[in-house]
Amino acid sequence: MITTTPALDVAKVRADFPILDRTVHGRPLVYLDNAATTQKPRVVLDTLASYYSGINANVHRGVHELSEQATAAYEAARERVRAFFNAGSVREIVFTRNATEGINLVAQSFARPLLRPGDEVLISAMEHHSNIVPWQMACEATGAKLSVAPIDDRGDLILDELERRLTPRTRLLAVTHMSNALGTITPARDIVRMAHAHGVPVLIDASQAAYHMRLDVQALGCDFLVATGHKLYGPTGIGVLYGREARLEAMPPFLGGGDMIASVTFERSTWNVLPYKFEAGTPHMAGALGLHAALDYIEAAGFDRIAAHEKQLLEAATEAVSGVPGVRLIGTAPNKGSIVSFVMDGVHPHDIGTIVDREGIAIRTGHHCAQPVMERFGVPATARASFAMYNTLDEVEALARALRKVREVFA
Amino acid sequence: MSDLSDLYQEVILDHNRRPRNFHALAEPSHSAEGYNPLCGDRLTLYLKVNGDTIEDVSFEGAGCAISKASASLMTDAVKGRTRAEAEALFARFHRMVTTPPDQPVEEMGKLSSLAGVREFPVRVKCASLAWHTLKAAFSNERLTSTEK
Repeated sequence: MITTTPALDVAKVRADFPILDRTVHGRPLVYLDNAATTQKPRVVLDTLASYYSGINANVHRGVHELSEQATAAYEAARERVRAFFNAGSVREIVFTRNATEGINLVAQSFARPLLRPGDEVLISAMEHHSNIVPWQMACEATGAKLSVAPIDDRGDLILDELERRLTPRTRLLAVTHMSNALGTITPARDIVRMAHAHGVPVLIDASQAAYHMRLDVQALGCDFLVATGHKLYGPTGIGVLYGREARLEAMPPFLGGGDMIASVTFERSTWNVLPYKFEAGTPHMAGALGLHAALDYIEAAGFDRIAAHEKQLLEAATEAVSGVPGVRLIGTAPNKGSIVSFVMDGVHPHDIGTIVDREGIAIRTGHHCAQPVMERFGVPATARASFAMYNTLDEVEALARALRKVREVFA
Repeated sequence: MSDLSDLYQEVILDHNRRPRNFHALAEPSHSAEGYNPLCGDRLTLYLKVNGDTIEDVSFEGAGCAISKASASLMTDAVKGRTRAEAEALFARFHRMVTTPPDQPVEEMGKLSSLAGVREFPVRVKCASLAWHTLKAAFSNERLTSTEK
């Protein structure tokens, strides 16, 4: 029997996000800056409040009831994250502040001790600054060199060029699964296989990809993967690092402090087991619980339904935006997530942003923390509309109308 | 909407379309680069100062309509003035664009067309970039940033 998945009930989804009820400059909010951060469903907000009003206590410490409840809830969140990314063990799930911290952890605890002068760290030309700068810092400290795989005019990674840069000196490949500036989805699984064939471990930056598609770290085969809660409809200040157990086990700690130790004397301290070795200090318990609720929410909505809806939004937005006179899309790879980045003849993105804001429409304008991408396309900045599960085709139309208004102002 | 047309006044749109003094100077006595890292606006300002007088001034660069028009209007406004006069003008301009929108501001001729940025706080830096760069050029700073 063939069953078809019913489409995402977007009206019902929208009713779950309190902020979508507000107005901006007297207009209903049209939030199209999801690649920067997604909005939060009520269940996430309620979870934060009920954590603090119900079970707040420090984790992994007390024998008292609250501490036990808080610890159990925190570890349940870790298990939720493990299942979400299909990691083999909760020992492979480290809570961080955000994806940036996860990358810095790997740069400092994995790459830095490994790198020798003349070694290479390979990244792609479409990385966010957070997947460039930590590697530059590790390279600078060790005399290693940052190597960059180029992208083509559509914003696609050139896989042959990537492979050519996997040299005997390459110690790590760090690459995004989806570009925040262009929307390009990279073939992460193929890239991992290619790198592993050259003996090179891989870190996947899943910050953008994670809220659009199901990610399975075992199927991807990556050594590390980072994601951030606030782009998964969860709270800010909570992120995730997945690392293969054998990798994490071999790495020294990143930050020192409480919770990450087994024993401390003034002569010497010993490290706690995974994943606690990498979680120094009191963690963001409420954030972890909020992320748990957010991941439950995503799973209930269903990635199949979310992806089908976002594909529709992307197609409509691509057509509507490129139909506005003088508009040129930046990032036209065949496999894209729901991001439309564009420039308009004779109008700076900043002016586009201000004018559409007056229509209640939030888009991002600027370099999107990806200055090398802007340079690659010879533009100082772009305007970017990015879509999430609660966006509608009406909002796509509102954006197109607002862009026509920009043309009128600058006629 | 009145506030949008307050920001994008005809004078500003005109100076954005046809910026005045928009070229390099062959032998500037002073120059500086101004950069707004938040939006990527970047301009280079050139001055030819004779004694204490700004004999010639020009700029190049890429930026939003507000930053470009402001630079264009500024070059017109300071040409032929002394350094002290230009700095006094900057002080008045700065006061104008940072006065809360509900309070009256001084009339500054064509420069008044930029008073509309007061309703758009994030755009005040766009309007001020050229002036900060002028100041940097006089102080022989090579590079200035709105975020320093």
